[in-house]
Amino acid sequence: MATVSLTVNGKPVTADVDTRTLLVQLLRENLRLTGTHVGCDTSQCGACVVLVNGKAVKSCTVLAVQLEGAEVLSIEGLAPADGPLHPMQEAFRENHGLQCGYCTPGMILTAVDMVHRKGHELDDRTIREELEGNICRCTGYHNIVKAIAAGARAMRGSGETAKAAK
Amino acid sequence: MSATGIGAAVRRKEDHRFITGKGHYTDDINRPGQAYAYFVRSPRAHATIKSIDVKAASRMPGVVAIFTGADIAAAKINGHVCGWTVTGSDGKPMKAAPGPALANGKVCYVGDEVAVVIADSYAQAKDAAEKVVVDYGVLPAVIDPKTAAKPGAPQIHEIAPNNTVFNWNLGDKAATDAAFKSAAHITKIDIINNRVIPAAVEPRAAVGEYDPGTDSYALHTTSQNPHAARLVLSAFSGVAPENRLRVVAPDVGGGFGSKIFIYAEETVCLWAAKKIGRAVKWTAERSESFLVDAHGRDHVTHAELALDANGKITAMRVQTIANLGAYPSTFWSCVPTYLYALLLSGQYNIPNIYCGVDAVYTNTAPVDAVRGAGRPEATFVVERLVELAARETGRDPVQFRRANFITSFPHQTPVLLCYDAGDYGASLDKALALADYKGFAKRKRESARNGKLRGIGFSTYIEACGLAPSQAVGSLGAGVGLFESAEVRVNPVGTVEVLAGSHAHGQGHETTFAQVVSDRLGIPIENVSVVHGDTDKVQFGMGTYGSRSGAVGISAVVKALDKVVAKAKKVAAYLLEAAEGDIEFKDGKFSVAGTDKSIDWVSVALNAYVAHKFPGSQLEPGLKEGAFYDPTNFTFPAGCHICEVEVDPETGNTEIVAWTAVDDFGTVINPMIVEGQVHGGIAHGVGQALCERAVYNNDGQLVTGSLMDYCMPRADILPPLKVDTTVTKSPSNPLGIKGCGEAGAIASPAAVINAITDAIGTEAIAMPATPAAVWAALQKSGRSLPHAA
Repeated sequence: MATVSLTVNGKPVTADVDTRTLLVQLLRENLRLTGTHVGCDTSQCGACVVLVNGKAVKSCTVLAVQLEGAEVLSIEGLAPADGPLHPMQEAFRENHGLQCGYCTPGMILTAVDMVHRKGHELDDRTIREELEGNICRCTGYHNIVKAIAAGARAMRGSGETAKAAK
Repeated sequence: MSATGIGAAVRRKEDHRFITGKGHYTDDINRPGQAYAYFVRSPRAHATIKSIDVKAASRMPGVVAIFTGADIAAAKINGHVCGWTVTGSDGKPMKAAPGPALANGKVCYVGDEVAVVIADSYAQAKDAAEKVVVDYGVLPAVIDPKTAAKPGAPQIHEIAPNNTVFNWNLGDKAATDAAFKSAAHITKIDIINNRVIPAAVEPRAAVGEYDPGTDSYALHTTSQNPHAARLVLSAFSGVAPENRLRVVAPDVGGGFGSKIFIYAEETVCLWAAKKIGRAVKWTAERSESFLVDAHGRDHVTHAELALDANGKITAMRVQTIANLGAYPSTFWSCVPTYLYALLLSGQYNIPNIYCGVDAVYTNTAPVDAVRGAGRPEATFVVERLVELAARETGRDPVQFRRANFITSFPHQTPVLLCYDAGDYGASLDKALALADYKGFAKRKRESARNGKLRGIGFSTYIEACGLAPSQAVGSLGAGVGLFESAEVRVNPVGTVEVLAGSHAHGQGHETTFAQVVSDRLGIPIENVSVVHGDTDKVQFGMGTYGSRSGAVGISAVVKALDKVVAKAKKVAAYLLEAAEGDIEFKDGKFSVAGTDKSIDWVSVALNAYVAHKFPGSQLEPGLKEGAFYDPTNFTFPAGCHICEVEVDPETGNTEIVAWTAVDDFGTVINPMIVEGQVHGGIAHGVGQALCERAVYNNDGQLVTGSLMDYCMPRADILPPLKVDTTVTKSPSNPLGIKGCGEAGAIASPAAVINAITDAIGTEAIAMPATPAAVWAALQKSGRSLPHAA
């Protein structure tokens, strides 16, 4: 057992965990933040993507105890509880970028990270290559790519990308 | 068409919870004091179980109970039930091997459930499972169905000599053989339809509960059909009485067929909950999903097409060996028979067809429906045969197809199905224009200048879905009817709930069903809720698969809506003091014909529930109606997919540079959702064609046992897709819907392989057409350099 203290969606968290505990388990089981999903056991599918210290990380592939002092953002923290949705979330809905919804939290956070790294004008090829770590079985990716391109443009002017670049 | 009615691209109501991480998938569900199950699985493909020693495992921390096949057999809990009895050519029913929910005495494939460890935490259950010692008496395993069917092969089930489930056939063999005898040209092909793994991104999960106070059970499960699960778990598995069993399929992360079936895990979790007095939760690891979720396809086929001197198809004969895996599964036997052979006519007028299918047990995972279920296999046979026939006889593949199209309806095929309506020329024409077929030759020359081989491939497919007319399937061996049910409840304030027997695991019913209600009743879509997935709330349903929730599910809703409107008119007649026959209903208003007297929907609803303005003895209060809808025929979506590829001769890599799909789905409720279904289906079929294959080694070990070894299609496998529709309404349901969920997966593999073979100039390519396979074919054919067009 070990104790780890970190920030999740802006709130300080301290947890006593079996040292085997993955970040995704900490989120889902200890914190009951079930928006982050487990889809595989070999780090391929991307359903578990969260942002750790501003960068996209597969939460199934990092131990909770590695995150002492880290800032974790999961899908639940992307938009304020009573506030408007994040432009990337809106873009997924507007463009029918989801069907069953299971890969969607990971897709959205991967997309947000993509914009932080690659900017607001993302072309078709770039988005498809950058989605190598995210699997969707429902949508055939066509509308996910559309959604990400639209969300990237909509994120302009929010100041988010400049902040993330720091 | 209103902004929220039938035909509108309404944005989905269900999206909010998914994009904010507030969905309720089965693994999100937790019960106080729940225990966790981990299954001990056979590492052997074929073995007797000599002994199971659970002593060390039982002493591990947190272990609550361990159950084995002996416990399950004593409790008489069945597993492995198939709901469709196919009758073989010998007139006898298929050989469905019995199987308990946990293996008792014998295991038949790697992954077969041998024991379950239940503990206070998942980690404790898994740790303890590793301490369960099973002594196996290893038996030779048989993996290949051809080998399995030969005398002398290891026998898997006593009930099935030569491991044969059935030998089955359809069609007039004598007439077909006669047509072949007089053929001007015969095209032959040998096809392997590669075994695939469904791989929905959400792994299967279950939470079983028992309440001793009420002697009742509840199961949350990743199911496409909770009512069917309830029926099977009570009547066939014997776990719980139906009237004290609630089954809930909450948000489900994709099914693609794999979550239709009732498996051992949810059966055991439900049973164990009563045994240990705590809720029992199980979630599959992805590696488990690979091993035990039913696999798909796995056909080996020899097919022949007979042509007359004018290029008219006169006959087709097909012989298929279908690998059905180690045990029966829910749909199983109908997939390589009634969902396959009946589609062998394709879009073509073929006077004679004969098909024989040998279904065989092997020591591999059970094989059952995966998106398309039998129809991708049929379409691949037909569209490869037709393409080859055109190439062999020097005919343009488009013209050859068109010359053989069925053009008059209804059209009775020689394989039972009667196509009711269609216009195959219209979708072909539209697709050719969208794909700029005329410009292909120029693009091919351009590719050659860049050192690439460009090819174009067609798939003019038809499928049969909207499963299904109950009497028809019953006569073919189905054990259940395939109707659907819906209840429309109008509340006193005029809002509406639709309780649907259909289930949604990505198809957007909370939006599309609400669109239909909003359209038919003229009420705002925000005032309509769709309820599904809970057997306590919705009385009955057959669930969602076989592209049926539009054609069958929505038809049940429409039928119930019609009853509601009929009753509402009666209420309105009292309120407007008019004869019932003079009441008209339009755009949410009831009016007296020929006058300006009218009353709105909300007032009528309220009055129905206040019941002051009419005698309760003459007209019952309330406004709530249910309906069961049994389709009168299958529906027949059809269309044309055109795939354009560039093959790099140095690497064998195929890049799909363009994809055009023109499909006829009849009436479309939400074009945005329908397009999404087509996109997904195309990617799924492209995955099968280019990169997916489930591989067992000779010992029956699943070599492609994780996402590292089983190649899933990713975003870069496709370019942006061009998708459009033509419309011939289905004559067999009220709104004329055909259904669209599987069409993409049915059409696409043939289009891909037709394109690649066109590009590389050799037919010796099997799915998946990986770079290695394409490169090897190129080397073998000696055609490694692009040739001028």
